Amino acid sequence: MRIAATAAALLMVAMPAVAQERIVVAGSALCETIAALDQTHRVIGRDTTCGYPAAMAALPDVGYLRALSAEGLLALNPDMILTGNDAGPPETMQLIEASAVPVVRIEAGYSQEGVLAQIRAVAGVLGVDGAALIASTEEAFARLAAARGDAAPIRAMFILSGTGGRVMASGHGTGADAMLRLAGAENVLAGFEGYRQVTDEALTAAAPEVIVMMNRSDDHALGDEQIRTHPALGLTPAARNGRILRMDGTFMLGFGPRTPEAAMALLAAMRN
Amino acid sequence: MVAMPLAEHMPSGDRSQRARWLIALLVLLTVATCLVSLRVGAAGVSPLAVLGDWLAGRDVGLRDRVILLDIRLPRMLTGVLVGASLAVSGAVMQGLFRNPLADPGIVGVSAGAGLGAVTAIVLGGLLPPALAVWAGMHLVPFAAFLGGLGSTLLLYRVSTRSGRTSVATMLLAGIALAALAGAATGMLVYVADDAQLRDLTFWGMGSIAGASWIKLAAAAPVMLAGLVAAPFLARALNAMALGESAALHLGIRVQMMKALAIVTVAASVGAAVAISGGIGFVGIVVPHLLRLAMGPDHRFLLPAAALLGGSLLLGADMVARVVVAPAELPIGIVTAIVGGPIFLWILLRKRGLVDL
Repeated sequence: MRIAATAAALLMVAMPAVAQERIVVAGSALCETIAALDQTHRVIGRDTTCGYPAAMAALPDVGYLRALSAEGLLALNPDMILTGNDAGPPETMQLIEASAVPVVRIEAGYSQEGVLAQIRAVAGVLGVDGAALIASTEEAFARLAAARGDAAPIRAMFILSGTGGRVMASGHGTGADAMLRLAGAENVLAGFEGYRQVTDEALTAAAPEVIVMMNRSDDHALGDEQIRTHPALGLTPAARNGRILRMDGTFMLGFGPRTPEAAMALLAAMRN
Repeated sequence: MVAMPLAEHMPSGDRSQRARWLIALLVLLTVATCLVSLRVGAAGVSPLAVLGDWLAGRDVGLRDRVILLDIRLPRMLTGVLVGASLAVSGAVMQGLFRNPLADPGIVGVSAGAGLGAVTAIVLGGLLPPALAVWAGMHLVPFAAFLGGLGSTLLLYRVSTRSGRTSVATMLLAGIALAALAGAATGMLVYVADDAQLRDLTFWGMGSIAGASWIKLAAAAPVMLAGLVAAPFLARALNAMALGESAALHLGIRVQMMKALAIVTVAASVGAAVAISGGIGFVGIVVPHLLRLAMGPDHRFLLPAAALLGGSLLLGADMVARVVVAPAELPIGIVTAIVGGPIFLWILLRKRGLVDL
C-alpha cells in the first residue's frame, strides 16, 4: 500500500535519554537526511538503497530494506534501527525489537511537507538541532516555487524502463509523478496509479513535450535512438524535438534533503 | 534411471550392511551440522561461552540470548526439518512414480503453494483490516500451505477413477495444473506494485531466515508426521519398483499406499514450502546421491534421505547467512548453485551407463 502524501513520524518506542551512537539506517532518504545533518559518524550500517553520499555508501551493507537479516543487524551491535514503513520482513523486525534494540520508523511522503517533516523527525530522533537544515531546505523549496512561477506546466512523461520496446511509465501517486509536479511539469499519464506498462496508442495519445528517465546502464535502459525509432514514442513531440532528459534515480526520486535541488535541476533542464 | 531397476545388477547381493554404516555416519553428520550451525552466524556469538556464562550464573546479554534462542535455534530446527521433508518427499515421489526426475513438486504442491503465497502477498491488503491484523505475518505461509494441499487434492481427484489412481494421468494433469497456477500467478504479478514484486522475488528464492518458534510450532508437527509416516511406505515402494501389478501380486495395497504417499508428501512439503519459500534441488539431488552410494532399498533410503537432506539444507543455510554478512543470501540460490552441477553430473553419469 502506498503511503499518502502526509508525512508522519511514527516513533515506535520511547526514546532513551542517551544519544544513540550505533545506528543502522535503512532507506535512501533517511540516509541522506542523516548525512545532511552531519551525523554520519553515528551510523554503523546502512541498507542497499543508501548509495549517497560516499561516506554512507562505504559503511557495511545490511541487505535490501525489505529483506533484512535479524542476526546480520544484531551482529553490528546497533543501539537503534532507523527506517521507514517498508522495512522488513516483519519476522526480522520482531526479533530486533525482542532484543531491545529500538526500531524507529519515519515515513516521508512524496511532497515538500513530507521532506521537511522527515528532516524534523530525524533531527528529533538524533537529538540534534535541525533548524539550519530545515531553513536551508525551505529556502530551496521557496526558490523552486519562484522558479516555477506562473508558467504553464510542461507536459512530461516519466519512463521507468523500456525492456524490449515495452514501456513502463509512471501514473499518479508515485515519486516520479510528484517530482514532475515539483519541477513545474504536468504528468501526461496521470490516469492510473503506480508504474504500469503503457500501450503504444496511449503513449502516442499522451503526446509529452518532454520524456524524463533515470540514468541506467542495464538492459532496461532506453537509448535516445531507441526512443526516436520506437513506433509510439517516436511520434511524440518529445522524441521529435530530442527533449529526452535523464537524471540519477536516487537524486531525482529519493525525496530527501536534495529534492528541491533535484527538482530545480529538472525544471531548468525542461525549460531549457 | 539411477540404479532403480531393482536387484538386477547388484554385485554382491546385499548392500544393507553398507547402508547401515552410511546411516550411522549420516546421523553423526547431522548432529555435527546442527551443533556447528548454532555457532555460525554474522554475530560472533559462541553458544558454549553463553552456556558457560549461564551455568556460572553470570548475566547473559539479551542480544546474545535472542541470537541463540530466537534466531539460530529455530533456524536450525527449521533447516533440518525442511531439508529432511523435501528429501524424503523426493525419494517417495521418485519411488511412487518410478521416475528419476520426480520431485516433491510433481504432485502439484509447489505450484499450488506458490499461487497461495503470491495471492497472499498481492491481495493480502484487500482483507478486512481486523482479519489482516489477526492473520498478520502468518498470512503468506498459511496461504501457501492451503494452496499446496488444495492443488494436490484436486490433482488426486482428477487422476483417480473408480478407486484407482493413475500415476501417468497424475503426472500429465500435474503439468496442466502447474501451467494454470502459473497463469494465475502471472496475472497477480502483473497487478502487483513494486514493493510486492520485491517480496515475490525474495519468496521465490526461498529462505529459512524467517524461522521462528511460532512458525515452527505450526509447521513442525506436519513435517514430523510426514517423516514418521514415510518409513511405513518403504516396503510398498520397494515392491512398486517391480511395477504396479507386480506390487499388487506381492500383496501390497497399492491404492492405499498411493493415497498415503501423496497426502504425506503434500502435507509435509506444503508445510516446508510455507515456512521457507521455494527451495529447489534438495528433493532431487539427495535421493539420487544416496541411491548411488547405497542402492535403492527404500528401507534405508528414506531415513538416509531425511538425514542427508536435513544436514545439507542446514549447511546451505550456514553459507547463505555468512557469505554476504551482515546481509544474507536467499538459500534457494545456494542450493541451486550446489544442486545444479551435481544434478548435471548425475545425468551425465546416467547417460554413460545407458551408452555402455
